[in-house]
Amino acid sequence: MTPLVSTALLAGSAALVVLAAALCWRVVVGPTTADRVVAVNVVGTAAVVVIALLGAALGEPGFLDVALVYALLNFLLSLGLARFSVEQGGLL
Amino acid sequence: MTPYEAAVVALVAASVFFSLVAVVGFARLPDVFARAHAASKSETLGALFGLLAAAVAFGQGATTVKLALLAMFLLVTGPTAAHAIVRAAALAGATPWTRSNRDPGPSTHDRPEATTGTGGGSR
Repeated sequence: MTPLVSTALLAGSAALVVLAAALCWRVVVGPTTADRVVAVNVVGTAAVVVIALLGAALGEPGFLDVALVYALLNFLLSLGLARFSVEQGGLL
Repeated sequence: MTPYEAAVVALVAASVFFSLVAVVGFARLPDVFARAHAASKSETLGALFGLLAAAVAFGQGATTVKLALLAMFLLVTGPTAAHAIVRAAALAGATPWTRSNRDPGPSTHDRPEATTGTGGGSR
């Protein structure tokens, strides 16, 4: 783990955080509920990648467990929102 | 700049590039179907590149197995979640953007009597 690798991973994490913050504009603007739900799903995926990159940059493998659980919860959140806020009916 | 460092930097750059493509598509495309298309495909590829960069940085070991599992999970569930959401929106009456229908308007999921299609719940 050289300093250049750590710097590259941290810079990539920062760039992904900035892009996720830009996606929050679509969550605010909408115009439909499905837009907001897909945008939140993408923000969650970016958060998973940021957690994994931070774990690699700081040399802490324990972050990967957090990323796995967050990915699972992100998927369930998307399905639940699709069921209860968009469709109010069948799931898939 | 060893090959190891070059590989990590290139993979992180690819991840940021594809995520940027996803965000630009999400901001600029006209309707919910095109936006979810851009988001599901490009963002999933960016996430896979990011996880691959983390795997190269960690080196071999149990962490690589965990990252491979995480990558497979994201590869399966990202497009699946987007498809479920957009299918729900389509069943609820969202209309796609066309050249003759420049303003599809908001989805009609607030009006339950406008729903058509099969597979919906009992209303």
